Amino acid sequence: MSSNNLDQLYRRVIMDHYKNPRNKGSIEEGALTIDMNNPTCGDRIHLTLQVEDGVIQNAKFDGEGCSISMASASMMTQAVKGKKVDEALKLSTTFSEMMLGKDYDDSIDLEDIEALHGVSKFPARIKCATLAWKAMEKGVSEEK
Amino acid sequence: MLSKEIRSYFPILNQEINGHPLVYLDSGATSQKPVQVIDAIKKYYEFENSNVHRGVHTLGNRATESYEGAREKVRKFINAKSTKEIIFTRGTTTSINTVARSYGLANVKEGDEIVITHMEHHSNIIPWQQLAKDTGAILKYIDLEADGTLSLEKVRATITDKTKIVSIVYVSNVLGTMNPIKEITEIAHEHGAIMVVDGAQAAPHLKLDVQNLDCDFLAFSGHKMCGPTGIGVLYGKQELLENMEPIEFGGEMIDFVGLYESTWKELPWKFEGGTPIIAGAIGLAAAIDFLEEIGLDEIEKHEHELAAYAMDKMLTIEGLTIYGPSDPSKRAGIVTFNLDDVHPHDVATVLDMSGIAVRAGHHCAQPLMKWLQCTATARASFYLYNTEEDIDRLVAGLRTAKEYFNDVF
Repeated sequence: MSSNNLDQLYRRVIMDHYKNPRNKGSIEEGALTIDMNNPTCGDRIHLTLQVEDGVIQNAKFDGEGCSISMASASMMTQAVKGKKVDEALKLSTTFSEMMLGKDYDDSIDLEDIEALHGVSKFPARIKCATLAWKAMEKGVSEEK
Repeated sequence: MLSKEIRSYFPILNQEINGHPLVYLDSGATSQKPVQVIDAIKKYYEFENSNVHRGVHTLGNRATESYEGAREKVRKFINAKSTKEIIFTRGTTTSINTVARSYGLANVKEGDEIVITHMEHHSNIIPWQQLAKDTGAILKYIDLEADGTLSLEKVRATITDKTKIVSIVYVSNVLGTMNPIKEITEIAHEHGAIMVVDGAQAAPHLKLDVQNLDCDFLAFSGHKMCGPTGIGVLYGKQELLENMEPIEFGGEMIDFVGLYESTWKELPWKFEGGTPIIAGAIGLAAAIDFLEEIGLDEIEKHEHELAAYAMDKMLTIEGLTIYGPSDPSKRAGIVTFNLDDVHPHDVATVLDMSGIAVRAGHHCAQPLMKWLQCTATARASFYLYNTEEDIDRLVAGLRTAKEYFNDVF
Protein backbone atom coordinates (compact mmCIF):
# COMPACT_ATOMS: atom_id res chain seq x y z
CA MET A 1 0.00 0.00 0.00
CA SER A 2 1.58 3.28 -1.06
CA SER A 3 0.06 5.24 1.75
CA ASN A 4 2.40 8.18 1.09
CA ASN A 5 0.70 8.81 -2.22
CA LEU A 6 -2.67 8.43 -0.57
CA ASP A 7 -1.72 10.90 2.12
CA GLN A 8 -0.73 13.31 -0.59
CA LEU A 9 -4.21 13.01 -2.06
CA TYR A 10 -6.18 12.95 1.13
CA ARG A 11 -4.39 15.43 3.34
CA ARG A 12 -5.87 16.10 6.70
CA VAL A 13 -7.11 19.53 5.68
CA ILE A 14 -9.07 18.01 2.77
CA MET A 15 -10.67 15.48 5.08
CA ASP A 16 -11.51 18.27 7.48
CA HIS A 17 -13.36 20.20 4.76
CA TYR A 18 -15.13 17.02 3.66
CA LYS A 19 -16.19 16.12 7.15
CA ASN A 20 -16.97 19.69 8.26
CA PRO A 21 -17.92 21.55 5.11
CA ARG A 22 -17.88 25.34 5.29
CA ASN A 23 -20.73 27.31 3.73
CA LYS A 24 -22.95 24.29 3.26
CA GLY A 25 -26.50 25.14 2.28
CA SER A 26 -28.21 27.54 -0.03
CA ILE A 27 -28.72 31.32 -0.09
CA GLU A 28 -32.47 31.69 -0.19
CA GLU A 29 -33.06 35.00 -1.95
CA GLY A 30 -31.49 37.24 -4.52
CA ALA A 31 -28.67 34.87 -5.37
CA LEU A 32 -27.17 33.48 -8.53
CA THR A 33 -27.92 29.79 -8.73
CA ILE A 34 -25.73 27.33 -10.58
CA ASP A 35 -26.28 23.60 -10.89
CA MET A 36 -23.51 21.53 -12.36
CA ASN A 37 -22.90 17.81 -12.81
CA ASN A 38 -19.91 15.71 -13.54
CA PRO A 39 -21.62 13.42 -16.06
CA THR A 40 -18.90 10.77 -15.98
CA CYS A 41 -19.34 10.01 -12.30
CA GLY A 42 -22.55 11.59 -11.07
CA ASP A 43 -21.09 14.24 -8.77
CA ARG A 44 -23.32 17.27 -8.58
CA ILE A 45 -23.13 20.72 -7.04
CA HIS A 46 -25.77 23.34 -6.33
CA LEU A 47 -24.00 26.65 -5.82
CA THR A 48 -25.57 29.94 -4.78
CA LEU A 49 -23.63 33.20 -5.00
CA GLN A 50 -24.63 36.63 -3.77
CA VAL A 51 -22.78 39.21 -5.86
CA GLU A 52 -23.10 42.92 -5.08
CA ASP A 53 -21.14 45.73 -6.72
CA GLY A 54 -18.72 43.27 -8.26
CA VAL A 55 -17.97 41.59 -4.94
CA ILE A 56 -18.96 38.02 -3.96
CA GLN A 57 -20.66 38.80 -0.65
CA ASN A 58 -21.72 35.28 0.11
CA ALA A 59 -21.32 31.78 -1.34
CA LYS A 60 -22.97 28.54 -0.33
CA PHE A 61 -23.01 25.06 -1.80
CA ASP A 62 -24.94 21.86 -1.63
CA GLY A 63 -24.39 18.64 -3.47
CA GLU A 64 -23.27 15.07 -3.57
CA GLY A 65 -19.91 13.65 -4.45
CA CYS A 66 -16.61 12.24 -3.33
CA SER A 67 -14.35 13.70 -0.67
CA ILE A 68 -12.29 15.63 -3.22
CA SER A 69 -15.26 17.30 -4.93
CA MET A 70 -17.04 18.25 -1.72
CA ALA A 71 -13.87 19.42 0.05
CA SER A 72 -12.94 21.48 -2.99
CA ALA A 73 -16.41 23.09 -3.01
CA SER A 74 -16.09 23.95 0.67
CA MET A 75 -12.63 25.48 0.11
CA MET A 76 -13.79 27.38 -2.95
CA THR A 77 -16.69 29.06 -1.16
CA GLN A 78 -14.38 29.96 1.70
CA ALA A 79 -11.81 31.41 -0.68
CA VAL A 80 -14.08 33.53 -2.88
CA LYS A 81 -16.27 35.00 -0.15
CA GLY A 82 -15.52 38.72 0.14
CA LYS A 83 -13.42 38.71 -3.04
CA LYS A 84 -14.03 40.85 -6.08
CA VAL A 85 -15.30 38.84 -9.05
CA ASP A 86 -12.07 39.51 -10.97
CA GLU A 87 -9.98 38.26 -8.07
CA ALA A 88 -12.13 35.14 -7.75
CA LEU A 89 -11.70 34.41 -11.44
CA LYS A 90 -7.96 34.90 -11.17
CA LEU A 91 -7.87 32.49 -8.26
CA SER A 92 -9.84 30.02 -10.34
CA THR A 93 -7.28 30.26 -13.16
CA THR A 94 -4.46 29.69 -10.70
CA PHE A 95 -6.28 26.69 -9.27
CA SER A 96 -6.88 25.16 -12.66
CA GLU A 97 -3.19 25.61 -13.58
CA MET A 98 -2.24 23.92 -10.35
CA MET A 99 -4.55 21.00 -11.19
CA LEU A 100 -3.06 20.64 -14.66
CA GLY A 101 0.41 20.49 -13.14
CA LYS A 102 1.43 23.74 -14.83
CA ASP A 103 3.49 26.50 -13.25
CA TYR A 104 1.13 28.75 -11.39
CA ASP A 105 1.28 32.19 -9.85
CA ASP A 106 2.61 31.41 -6.37
CA SER A 107 2.38 35.01 -5.25
CA ILE A 108 -1.29 34.34 -4.54
CA ASP A 109 -1.89 32.86 -1.11
CA LEU A 110 -3.99 29.77 -1.75
CA GLU A 111 -4.38 28.95 1.95
CA ASP A 112 -6.30 25.66 2.38
CA ILE A 113 -6.61 25.17 -1.37
CA GLU A 114 -2.92 24.42 -1.56
CA ALA A 115 -3.78 21.07 0.06
CA LEU A 116 -5.42 19.95 -3.19
CA HIS A 117 -2.10 20.15 -4.99
CA GLY A 118 -1.66 16.36 -4.73
CA VAL A 119 -4.81 15.80 -6.82
CA SER A 120 -2.89 16.87 -9.93
CA LYS A 121 -1.07 13.54 -9.77
CA PHE A 122 -4.38 11.65 -10.04
CA PRO A 123 -5.70 12.44 -13.53
CA ALA A 124 -9.02 10.69 -12.91
CA ARG A 125 -9.74 12.93 -9.94
CA ILE A 126 -8.92 16.38 -11.35
CA LYS A 127 -12.49 16.85 -12.58
CA CYS A 128 -13.74 16.20 -9.04
CA ALA A 129 -11.62 19.07 -7.73
CA THR A 130 -12.49 21.55 -10.48
CA LEU A 131 -16.29 21.08 -10.49
CA ALA A 132 -17.06 23.73 -7.87
CA TRP A 133 -14.70 26.23 -9.47
CA LYS A 134 -16.31 25.72 -12.86
CA ALA A 135 -19.70 26.34 -11.28
CA MET A 136 -18.43 29.56 -9.71
CA GLU A 137 -16.97 30.73 -13.03
CA LYS A 138 -20.23 30.00 -14.78
CA GLY A 139 -22.21 31.90 -12.15
CA VAL A 140 -20.18 35.09 -12.22
CA SER A 141 -19.88 35.11 -16.00
CA GLU A 142 -23.67 34.99 -16.26
CA GLU A 143 -23.80 37.95 -13.91
CA LYS A 144 -21.48 39.96 -16.14
CA MET B 1 -13.12 -22.80 -11.18
CA LEU B 2 -11.38 -22.41 -14.53
CA SER B 3 -7.66 -23.04 -14.75
CA LYS B 4 -5.36 -20.18 -13.80
CA GLU B 5 -3.46 -20.96 -17.02
CA ILE B 6 -6.07 -18.83 -18.81
CA ARG B 7 -4.44 -15.72 -17.39
CA SER B 8 -1.28 -16.39 -19.39
CA TYR B 9 -3.21 -15.67 -22.62
CA PHE B 10 -3.78 -12.08 -21.49
CA PRO B 11 -0.47 -10.17 -21.75
CA ILE B 12 -1.92 -7.02 -20.14
CA LEU B 13 -2.56 -8.81 -16.84
CA ASN B 14 1.14 -9.47 -16.41
CA GLN B 15 2.13 -6.03 -15.14
CA GLU B 16 2.38 -3.98 -11.98
CA ILE B 17 0.18 -0.98 -11.27
CA ASN B 18 1.40 1.41 -8.57
CA GLY B 19 3.91 -1.19 -7.42
CA HIS B 20 1.43 -4.09 -7.15
CA PRO B 21 0.49 -6.88 -9.57
CA LEU B 22 -2.60 -5.76 -11.51
CA VAL B 23 -5.96 -7.13 -10.38
CA TYR B 24 -8.43 -6.25 -13.14
CA LEU B 25 -12.01 -6.20 -11.87
CA ASP B 26 -13.59 -3.93 -14.49
CA SER B 27 -14.49 -6.40 -17.23
CA GLY B 28 -18.08 -5.16 -17.11
CA ALA B 29 -16.77 -1.94 -18.67
CA THR B 30 -14.50 -3.73 -21.12
CA SER B 31 -12.76 -7.08 -21.04
CA GLN B 32 -9.08 -7.67 -21.66
CA LYS B 33 -7.96 -9.29 -24.91
CA PRO B 34 -6.16 -12.61 -25.29
CA VAL B 35 -3.17 -13.05 -27.62
CA GLN B 36 -5.39 -15.06 -29.95
CA VAL B 37 -7.47 -11.94 -30.67
CA ILE B 38 -4.51 -9.57 -30.83
CA ASP B 39 -2.74 -11.96 -33.26
CA ALA B 40 -5.80 -12.36 -35.48
CA ILE B 41 -6.05 -8.60 -35.93
CA LYS B 42 -2.31 -8.35 -36.55
CA LYS B 43 -2.45 -11.18 -39.10
CA TYR B 44 -5.32 -9.47 -40.91
CA TYR B 45 -3.42 -6.19 -41.23
CA GLU B 46 -0.18 -7.94 -42.20
CA PHE B 47 -1.53 -10.40 -44.77
CA GLU B 48 -5.14 -9.70 -45.76
CA ASN B 49 -5.91 -6.00 -45.40
CA SER B 50 -8.08 -4.90 -48.30
CA ASN B 51 -11.59 -3.61 -48.81
CA VAL B 52 -14.35 -6.19 -48.92
CA HIS B 53 -17.04 -7.07 -51.49
CA ARG B 54 -15.46 -5.23 -54.39
CA GLY B 55 -11.96 -6.32 -55.25
CA VAL B 56 -11.27 -8.72 -58.05
CA HIS B 57 -7.80 -9.11 -56.61
CA THR B 58 -6.63 -11.82 -54.24
CA LEU B 59 -6.31 -9.69 -51.13
CA GLY B 60 -9.87 -8.42 -51.60
CA ASN B 61 -11.07 -12.00 -51.69
CA ARG B 62 -9.11 -12.92 -48.57
CA ALA B 63 -10.52 -9.96 -46.65
CA THR B 64 -14.06 -10.74 -47.82
CA GLU B 65 -13.73 -14.39 -46.85
CA SER B 66 -12.46 -13.51 -43.38
CA TYR B 67 -15.14 -10.84 -42.85
CA GLU B 68 -18.01 -13.06 -44.00
CA GLY B 69 -16.45 -15.98 -42.11
CA ALA B 70 -16.74 -13.86 -38.96
CA ARG B 71 -20.44 -13.37 -39.67
CA GLU B 72 -20.98 -17.11 -39.91
CA LYS B 73 -19.12 -17.54 -36.62
CA VAL B 74 -21.42 -15.02 -34.91
CA ARG B 75 -24.47 -16.77 -36.41
CA LYS B 76 -23.43 -20.05 -34.85
CA PHE B 77 -22.47 -18.36 -31.59
CA ILE B 78 -26.02 -17.10 -31.01
CA ASN B 79 -27.73 -19.89 -32.99
CA ALA B 80 -29.38 -17.61 -35.56
CA LYS B 81 -31.05 -19.25 -38.56
CA SER B 82 -29.15 -17.33 -41.22
CA THR B 83 -26.21 -14.95 -41.67
CA LYS B 84 -28.79 -12.56 -43.18
CA GLU B 85 -29.84 -11.94 -39.58
CA ILE B 86 -26.36 -10.85 -38.41
CA ILE B 87 -25.53 -7.17 -38.89
CA PHE B 88 -22.16 -5.83 -37.82
CA THR B 89 -22.41 -2.50 -36.00
CA ARG B 90 -20.18 -0.32 -33.86
CA GLY B 91 -21.56 -1.82 -30.66
CA THR B 92 -24.66 -2.31 -28.54
CA THR B 93 -25.55 1.38 -28.62
CA THR B 94 -25.56 1.53 -32.41
CA SER B 95 -27.49 -1.75 -32.58
CA ILE B 96 -30.29 -0.51 -30.32
CA ASN B 97 -30.40 2.85 -32.08
CA THR B 98 -30.79 1.05 -35.40
CA VAL B 99 -33.87 -0.76 -34.10
CA ALA B 100 -35.34 2.45 -32.61
CA ARG B 101 -34.67 4.58 -35.69
CA SER B 102 -35.60 2.02 -38.33
CA TYR B 103 -38.19 -0.37 -36.90
CA GLY B 104 -39.38 2.10 -34.26
CA LEU B 105 -40.09 5.14 -36.42
CA ALA B 106 -41.91 2.97 -38.98
CA ASN B 107 -44.05 1.00 -36.56
CA VAL B 108 -44.70 3.11 -33.45
CA LYS B 109 -47.50 5.67 -33.46
CA GLU B 110 -48.91 8.22 -31.07
CA GLY B 111 -50.43 6.56 -27.99
CA ASP B 112 -48.50 3.30 -28.49
CA GLU B 113 -46.34 2.06 -25.65
CA ILE B 114 -42.67 1.20 -25.37
CA VAL B 115 -41.79 -0.85 -22.28
CA ILE B 116 -38.38 -0.96 -20.57
CA THR B 117 -37.28 -1.48 -16.94
CA HIS B 118 -35.64 0.52 -14.16
CA MET B 119 -32.41 -1.48 -14.53
CA GLU B 120 -31.50 -0.43 -18.08
CA HIS B 121 -28.18 1.01 -19.21
CA HIS B 122 -28.47 4.48 -20.77
CA SER B 123 -28.02 2.86 -24.19
CA ASN B 124 -31.32 1.03 -23.71
CA ILE B 125 -33.16 4.08 -22.32
CA ILE B 126 -32.32 7.10 -24.42
CA PRO B 127 -33.04 5.62 -27.89
CA TRP B 128 -36.57 4.85 -26.60
CA GLN B 129 -36.99 8.25 -24.92
CA GLN B 130 -36.15 9.85 -28.26
CA LEU B 131 -38.49 7.51 -30.15
CA ALA B 132 -41.29 8.30 -27.70
CA LYS B 133 -40.71 12.04 -28.16
CA ASP B 134 -40.64 11.74 -31.94
CA THR B 135 -43.79 9.63 -32.23
CA GLY B 136 -45.90 10.67 -29.24
CA ALA B 137 -45.63 7.15 -27.84
CA ILE B 138 -45.57 6.48 -24.09
CA LEU B 139 -42.42 5.12 -22.43
CA LYS B 140 -43.27 2.78 -19.53
CA TYR B 141 -40.96 1.29 -16.91
CA ILE B 142 -41.40 -2.10 -15.26
CA ASP B 143 -40.75 -1.66 -11.55
CA LEU B 144 -38.17 -3.86 -9.84
CA GLU B 145 -38.53 -6.12 -6.83
CA ALA B 146 -36.70 -5.10 -3.64
CA ASP B 147 -33.80 -7.45 -4.46
CA GLY B 148 -33.30 -5.95 -7.92
CA THR B 149 -35.02 -8.70 -9.91
CA LEU B 150 -38.03 -8.60 -12.25
CA SER B 151 -41.26 -10.37 -11.39
CA LEU B 152 -43.30 -11.78 -14.27
CA GLU B 153 -46.47 -10.48 -12.55
CA LYS B 154 -45.23 -6.91 -12.93
CA VAL B 155 -44.08 -7.64 -16.48
CA ARG B 156 -47.63 -8.86 -17.28
CA ALA B 157 -49.16 -5.84 -15.57
CA THR B 158 -47.07 -3.38 -17.61
CA ILE B 159 -47.22 -4.84 -21.13
CA THR B 160 -50.62 -4.21 -22.79
CA ASP B 161 -52.14 -4.49 -26.25
CA LYS B 162 -50.91 -0.94 -26.89
CA THR B 163 -47.30 -2.03 -26.36
CA LYS B 164 -45.35 -2.18 -29.61
CA ILE B 165 -41.80 -2.63 -28.33
CA VAL B 166 -40.42 -4.27 -25.18
CA SER B 167 -36.68 -3.73 -24.69
CA ILE B 168 -34.97 -5.32 -21.71
CA VAL B 169 -31.45 -6.04 -20.54
CA TYR B 170 -30.52 -9.73 -20.29
CA VAL B 171 -27.91 -9.24 -17.53
CA SER B 172 -27.87 -5.98 -15.54
CA ASN B 173 -24.50 -4.19 -15.70
CA VAL B 174 -25.05 -2.92 -12.13
CA LEU B 175 -27.06 -5.51 -10.24
CA GLY B 176 -25.81 -8.56 -12.09
CA THR B 177 -29.44 -9.73 -12.28
CA MET B 178 -30.15 -12.29 -15.00
CA ASN B 179 -33.61 -11.62 -16.40
CA PRO B 180 -36.11 -14.26 -17.61
CA ILE B 181 -35.91 -13.13 -21.24
CA LYS B 182 -37.65 -16.17 -22.75
CA GLU B 183 -40.71 -15.73 -20.51
CA ILE B 184 -40.84 -11.96 -21.07
CA THR B 185 -40.57 -12.50 -24.84
CA GLU B 186 -43.57 -14.81 -24.69
CA ILE B 187 -45.61 -12.17 -22.84
CA ALA B 188 -44.55 -9.47 -25.33
CA HIS B 189 -45.58 -11.67 -28.26
CA GLU B 190 -48.97 -12.45 -26.69
CA HIS B 191 -49.67 -8.72 -26.96
CA GLY B 192 -48.27 -8.40 -30.48
CA ALA B 193 -45.19 -6.47 -29.34
CA ILE B 194 -41.65 -7.16 -30.48
CA MET B 195 -38.91 -8.07 -28.01
CA VAL B 196 -35.52 -6.35 -28.08
CA VAL B 197 -32.75 -7.74 -25.85
CA ASP B 198 -29.75 -5.75 -24.65
CA GLY B 199 -27.21 -8.55 -24.49
CA ALA B 200 -24.10 -6.46 -23.77
CA GLN B 201 -23.43 -8.15 -20.41
CA ALA B 202 -24.87 -11.52 -21.46
CA ALA B 203 -22.88 -12.37 -24.60
CA PRO B 204 -19.53 -12.52 -22.75
CA HIS B 205 -20.80 -14.71 -19.95
CA LEU B 206 -23.48 -17.19 -20.99
CA LYS B 207 -24.66 -19.26 -23.92
CA LEU B 208 -27.02 -17.27 -26.14
CA ASP B 209 -29.64 -18.98 -28.29
CA VAL B 210 -31.87 -16.53 -30.16
CA GLN B 211 -34.12 -19.28 -31.53
CA ASN B 212 -34.76 -20.62 -28.06
CA LEU B 213 -35.32 -17.13 -26.60
CA ASP B 214 -37.46 -16.26 -29.64
CA CYS B 215 -36.50 -12.58 -29.23
CA ASP B 216 -36.90 -10.35 -32.28
CA PHE B 217 -33.70 -8.36 -31.87
CA LEU B 218 -30.54 -8.89 -29.83
CA ALA B 219 -27.74 -6.35 -29.43
CA PHE B 220 -24.24 -6.91 -28.07
CA SER B 221 -20.67 -5.58 -28.21
CA GLY B 222 -17.41 -7.31 -29.07
CA HIS B 223 -15.18 -5.51 -26.59
CA LYS B 224 -16.85 -6.93 -23.48
CA MET B 225 -16.30 -10.51 -24.73
CA CYS B 226 -12.53 -10.50 -25.37
CA GLY B 227 -12.94 -8.86 -28.79
CA PRO B 228 -11.77 -5.44 -29.94
CA THR B 229 -13.61 -2.13 -29.42
CA GLY B 230 -15.65 -0.69 -32.28
CA ILE B 231 -17.42 -3.91 -33.30
CA GLY B 232 -20.84 -5.07 -32.22
CA VAL B 233 -23.74 -7.11 -33.48
CA LEU B 234 -27.40 -6.55 -34.19
CA TYR B 235 -29.31 -9.78 -34.59
CA GLY B 236 -32.80 -9.42 -36.04
CA LYS B 237 -35.38 -11.89 -37.32
CA GLN B 238 -35.14 -11.98 -41.09
CA GLU B 239 -38.82 -11.21 -41.73
CA LEU B 240 -38.51 -8.01 -39.66
CA LEU B 241 -35.18 -6.90 -41.15
CA GLU B 242 -36.49 -7.46 -44.70
CA ASN B 243 -39.16 -4.83 -44.11
CA MET B 244 -36.89 -2.30 -42.42
CA GLU B 245 -35.16 0.65 -44.04
CA PRO B 246 -31.46 1.33 -43.48
CA ILE B 247 -30.58 4.31 -41.29
CA GLU B 248 -27.19 4.92 -42.85
CA PHE B 249 -26.87 5.52 -46.56
CA GLY B 250 -23.80 5.57 -48.78
CA GLY B 251 -21.23 3.20 -50.16
CA GLU B 252 -21.30 -0.56 -49.68
CA MET B 253 -25.03 -0.78 -48.89
CA ILE B 254 -26.38 0.00 -52.36
CA ASP B 255 -27.66 -2.17 -55.18
CA PHE B 256 -28.16 0.47 -57.88
CA VAL B 257 -27.66 4.23 -57.68
CA GLY B 258 -29.46 6.61 -60.01
CA LEU B 259 -29.48 10.39 -59.97
CA TYR B 260 -32.58 10.67 -57.80
CA GLU B 261 -33.35 7.14 -56.64
CA SER B 262 -31.32 4.22 -55.36
CA THR B 263 -31.98 0.68 -54.24
CA TRP B 264 -30.38 -1.30 -51.47
CA LYS B 265 -28.38 -4.48 -51.29
CA GLU B 266 -29.99 -7.53 -49.77
CA LEU B 267 -29.64 -8.49 -46.10
CA PRO B 268 -27.48 -8.07 -44.11
CA TRP B 269 -25.43 -5.62 -46.20
CA LYS B 270 -28.16 -2.99 -46.61
CA PHE B 271 -27.56 -2.10 -42.95
CA GLU B 272 -23.79 -1.85 -43.31
CA GLY B 273 -23.20 1.47 -45.06
CA GLY B 274 -19.56 2.49 -45.61
CA THR B 275 -16.44 0.37 -45.40
CA PRO B 276 -17.28 -2.12 -42.67
CA ILE B 277 -15.36 -2.78 -39.46
CA ILE B 278 -13.35 -5.58 -41.07
CA ALA B 279 -10.53 -5.99 -38.55
CA GLY B 280 -13.05 -5.66 -35.71
CA ALA B 281 -15.23 -8.48 -37.08
CA ILE B 282 -12.17 -10.70 -37.54
CA GLY B 283 -11.07 -9.94 -33.97
CA LEU B 284 -14.56 -10.75 -32.72
CA ALA B 285 -14.48 -14.09 -34.56
CA ALA B 286 -11.18 -14.93 -32.85
CA ALA B 287 -12.73 -14.00 -29.49
CA ILE B 288 -15.67 -16.34 -30.17
CA ASP B 289 -13.24 -19.18 -31.00
CA PHE B 290 -11.39 -18.47 -27.77
CA LEU B 291 -14.53 -18.40 -25.61
CA GLU B 292 -16.02 -21.50 -27.24
CA GLU B 293 -12.85 -23.46 -26.72
CA ILE B 294 -13.13 -22.80 -22.99
CA GLY B 295 -16.91 -23.22 -23.08
CA LEU B 296 -19.56 -20.61 -22.26
CA ASP B 297 -21.14 -22.94 -19.72
CA GLU B 298 -17.79 -23.26 -17.94
CA ILE B 299 -17.32 -19.48 -18.01
CA GLU B 300 -20.80 -18.89 -16.57
CA LYS B 301 -20.14 -21.44 -13.81
CA HIS B 302 -16.76 -19.84 -13.03
CA GLU B 303 -18.39 -16.43 -12.63
CA HIS B 304 -21.17 -17.71 -10.39
CA GLU B 305 -18.52 -19.26 -8.18
CA LEU B 306 -16.47 -16.07 -8.09
CA ALA B 307 -19.58 -13.98 -7.34
CA ALA B 308 -20.52 -16.31 -4.49
CA TYR B 309 -16.97 -16.24 -3.11
CA ALA B 310 -16.77 -12.45 -3.41
CA MET B 311 -20.15 -11.83 -1.76
CA ASP B 312 -19.25 -14.15 1.07
CA LYS B 313 -15.89 -12.48 1.75
CA MET B 314 -17.01 -8.90 1.15
CA LEU B 315 -19.93 -9.16 3.55
CA THR B 316 -17.48 -9.90 6.37
CA ILE B 317 -16.46 -6.22 6.10
CA GLU B 318 -18.58 -4.21 8.48
CA GLY B 319 -20.51 -1.40 6.79
CA LEU B 320 -20.32 -2.91 3.30
CA THR B 321 -23.57 -3.01 1.30
CA ILE B 322 -24.01 -5.17 -1.81
CA TYR B 323 -26.78 -4.26 -4.25
CA GLY B 324 -28.85 -6.72 -6.28
CA PRO B 325 -29.93 -10.33 -5.76
CA SER B 326 -28.50 -11.89 -2.60
CA ASP B 327 -28.62 -15.35 -4.19
CA PRO B 328 -25.39 -15.65 -6.24
CA SER B 329 -26.98 -18.20 -8.57
CA LYS B 330 -29.37 -15.44 -9.73
CA ARG B 331 -26.56 -13.12 -10.77
CA ALA B 332 -23.64 -12.91 -13.14
CA GLY B 333 -20.09 -12.04 -12.05
CA ILE B 334 -20.93 -8.46 -11.13
CA VAL B 335 -20.85 -7.19 -7.55
CA THR B 336 -21.85 -3.58 -6.97
CA PHE B 337 -21.33 -2.19 -3.51
CA ASN B 338 -20.78 0.74 -1.19
CA LEU B 339 -18.55 0.96 1.84
CA ASP B 340 -20.01 2.98 4.72
CA ASP B 341 -19.69 6.71 4.16
CA VAL B 342 -16.63 6.36 1.97
CA HIS B 343 -17.53 7.67 -1.46
CA PRO B 344 -17.01 5.09 -4.26
CA HIS B 345 -14.51 7.36 -6.05
CA ASP B 346 -12.41 7.39 -2.94
CA VAL B 347 -12.75 3.62 -2.60
CA ALA B 348 -11.66 3.19 -6.24
CA THR B 349 -8.66 5.49 -5.79
CA VAL B 350 -7.48 3.64 -2.68
CA LEU B 351 -7.89 0.30 -4.50
CA ASP B 352 -6.02 1.64 -7.53
CA MET B 353 -3.09 2.50 -5.30
CA SER B 354 -2.99 -1.24 -4.52
CA GLY B 355 -3.14 -2.15 -8.21
CA ILE B 356 -6.83 -3.11 -8.15
CA ALA B 357 -9.06 -1.74 -10.94
CA VAL B 358 -12.78 -1.32 -10.13
CA ARG B 359 -15.40 0.99 -11.58
CA ALA B 360 -16.91 3.82 -9.55
CA GLY B 361 -19.77 6.08 -10.52
CA HIS B 362 -23.28 5.71 -11.92
CA HIS B 363 -22.33 2.98 -14.44
CA CYS B 364 -24.35 4.67 -17.20
CA ALA B 365 -27.51 3.78 -15.28
CA GLN B 366 -28.68 6.99 -13.60
CA PRO B 367 -32.35 5.91 -13.31
CA LEU B 368 -31.21 2.73 -11.54
CA MET B 369 -29.01 4.75 -9.16
CA LYS B 370 -32.11 6.79 -8.33
CA TRP B 371 -34.01 3.56 -7.68
CA LEU B 372 -31.19 2.39 -5.39
CA GLN B 373 -31.30 5.82 -3.73
CA CYS B 374 -27.62 6.50 -4.20
CA THR B 375 -25.74 8.76 -6.59
CA ALA B 376 -22.85 6.42 -7.15
CA THR B 377 -21.61 2.93 -6.34
CA ALA B 378 -18.43 0.92 -6.78
CA ARG B 379 -18.47 -2.20 -8.95
CA ALA B 380 -16.22 -5.22 -9.17
CA SER B 381 -16.91 -7.32 -12.26
CA PHE B 382 -15.30 -10.68 -12.95
CA TYR B 383 -14.38 -12.61 -16.03
CA LEU B 384 -12.76 -15.88 -16.98
CA TYR B 385 -9.26 -14.70 -16.06
CA ASN B 386 -10.13 -13.68 -12.48
CA THR B 387 -9.30 -15.89 -9.52
CA GLU B 388 -10.16 -16.22 -5.84
CA GLU B 389 -6.79 -14.56 -5.12
CA ASP B 390 -8.00 -11.47 -7.02
CA ILE B 391 -10.99 -11.31 -4.71
CA ASP B 392 -8.81 -11.77 -1.64
CA ARG B 393 -6.77 -8.79 -2.84
CA LEU B 394 -9.98 -6.78 -3.33
CA VAL B 395 -11.19 -7.58 0.16
CA ALA B 396 -7.80 -6.65 1.66
CA GLY B 397 -7.89 -3.39 -0.34
CA LEU B 398 -11.38 -2.61 0.93
CA ARG B 399 -10.24 -3.16 4.51
CA THR B 400 -7.36 -0.75 3.92
CA ALA B 401 -9.76 1.85 2.48
CA LYS B 402 -12.05 1.49 5.46
CA GLU B 403 -9.19 1.80 7.95
CA TYR B 404 -7.69 4.73 6.10
CA PHE B 405 -10.88 6.73 6.05
CA ASN B 406 -11.89 5.79 9.57
CA ASP B 407 -8.46 6.95 10.64
CA VAL B 408 -8.61 10.36 8.97
CA PHE B 409 -12.11 11.02 10.14
